[in-house]
Amino acid sequence: MFSVELFKAESVQTLHTGIPCIKPLMITVKELTKRYARNTAVDHISFEVGKGQIVGFLGPNGAGKTTTMRMLTGFLSPTSGSATVAGFDVLEQPLEVKKRIGYLPETPPLYPEMETGEYLTFVGRLKGLSGAELRKRIDYVCERCAVADVKNKLLGKLSKGYRQRVGLAQAIIHNPDVLILDEPTAGLDPKQINETRDLIKSLGGDHTIILSTHILPEVEQTCEQVIIINKGKLAATDSVQNLQNRARGAESVLIEVSGRNGSLDFATVQRRLEQVAGVSRVVARQHQENRNSFEVESGKGFVRGDLARAVVEAGWDLNELRPTAMSLEEIFLQLTGAQADGKEGSPKESQ
Amino acid sequence: MRNTLIIWRKELNGYFVSPIAYFLLTMFAVVSGFFFWLYLRGFVEYGMEMQMRGQGMPMNINEQVIRPLLVNAGVIGLFFIPMITMRLFAEEKRSGTIELLATSPIRDWEVILGKWLAALTLYACMLLFTALNFAFLFKYGNPDWKPLAIGYLGLLLQAGTLLAIGTFISSLTKNQIIAGAVTFGICLVLWIISSVGEFETSVWSQVLSYMSVLTHFEESFAKGVLSAKDAVFFLTAIFLGLFFTARSMESLRWRS
Repeated sequence: MFSVELFKAESVQTLHTGIPCIKPLMITVKELTKRYARNTAVDHISFEVGKGQIVGFLGPNGAGKTTTMRMLTGFLSPTSGSATVAGFDVLEQPLEVKKRIGYLPETPPLYPEMETGEYLTFVGRLKGLSGAELRKRIDYVCERCAVADVKNKLLGKLSKGYRQRVGLAQAIIHNPDVLILDEPTAGLDPKQINETRDLIKSLGGDHTIILSTHILPEVEQTCEQVIIINKGKLAATDSVQNLQNRARGAESVLIEVSGRNGSLDFATVQRRLEQVAGVSRVVARQHQENRNSFEVESGKGFVRGDLARAVVEAGWDLNELRPTAMSLEEIFLQLTGAQADGKEGSPKESQ
Repeated sequence: MRNTLIIWRKELNGYFVSPIAYFLLTMFAVVSGFFFWLYLRGFVEYGMEMQMRGQGMPMNINEQVIRPLLVNAGVIGLFFIPMITMRLFAEEKRSGTIELLATSPIRDWEVILGKWLAALTLYACMLLFTALNFAFLFKYGNPDWKPLAIGYLGLLLQAGTLLAIGTFISSLTKNQIIAGAVTFGICLVLWIISSVGEFETSVWSQVLSYMSVLTHFEESFAKGVLSAKDAVFFLTAIFLGLFFTARSMESLRWRS
């Protein structure tokens, strides 16, 4: 019966042809919106996730990551818009969706008075497992998530790392198609973070994984695709590869110019710099009598040479010219609208 | 049904691994044991008095001991029911485990029914202690068992109603104490309004005393009368309580 349903689900997915995703779609989110009395937590978000992909859900705290995930799992109902998981609509067929989703909320949903094994048995039964299959799955997830040694311990007495791993174990106990993990590495120590990341990576392929985080390296390390949201709106959705390429391709240069005889028209310099081929943006950094620094961003390619030439040819002094790297972090900050307070660009350092 | 049983088992386990179940059982046994002793002593003394006077008044142990004790058990139950139901949903909401239940392939009503049944089971266990008391009556006397059985059925129905109300209250808050206190208040009100009808005959007092869960028990089941009218009252109340719990769970999805 299960396989029949799966087949059905895939046949539904074939309807979505023409989408630039080779793998069959597992999650489709269209114009998903969640409005509360006073604010809009999620505002018309649309994205798609292919089967077996690991997707990082990125955004500052309060951006609407948890709300979106909760709508996918059926814990919250969307105000408008739709979401399908494995071809089933979250509102129309919530039970079918829930059968195929494993969910780890921000705080692992553990009952402190239960032992680990007892808890996993309970969750396994809730998800529809029983008998020998259930025992097999419990052994499997215990081994996979490295919680076998605390099987007979009370959940209330486990350390944060173990609690998180038991939470992960309960999410994968029924071998779901889709795994939704809300900040799976929050509150762990560096070693545990690495272990958890490796575990998540190894779970990809069999499972489609959406994990939320506000830690960038985590996305770079574990995910194939990134969905960045900010203030409830979709800021960007791209593959990690593309974003990194974008980070490398773009160049950010700090340039300091001063006039020969002490006087220099600030606006003229800015206009001149903007005219240089390849420059996409010029931001004024500092403007004092004889110190005029700008941050110049180029869309692609090498512009430092042209910048230097332009300054010198205009008869100004070129005091400083150095590249500041454009990291994924900056792209993220740029997209989420926060101030890029890069250390490299701080005026004090350029003295 | 299977899902309901899973929840039922988990809740019952939850009661019995924490001290709460043992505390409730002990307290209920002590209090109902005390009243058993009180009523039985009264009964025996009364019997001896009758003998000394030489009056052969017929004495009925069902009328004079079992019935007041059943009513008593119902009243004592009012005080314990908030302690049974206060954690049911409030605890899940506080600790976040409600997210697990709400995202598992299980329907809301299965969760609610499982929890309510577990609460009812614990109450039934508490009643077992009063049954121990009555066992003595059967050993040394000759009471009629049928009214007793009907009385127990009535007690279960009455408790089921209050437990359903308690379950609903618990689903409204994250705070167990608030859930317990509010449920206790409601239980208390439902108890005292039964006496309104005794002195007043206006429509409103009739309505009020009709709402009292105790009237529906005291005047029928406790007497050993299997009353369809009162059974319907209880079943409707239970249904309404659980129905509102389901609505409350659903509203979580919309506002959170």
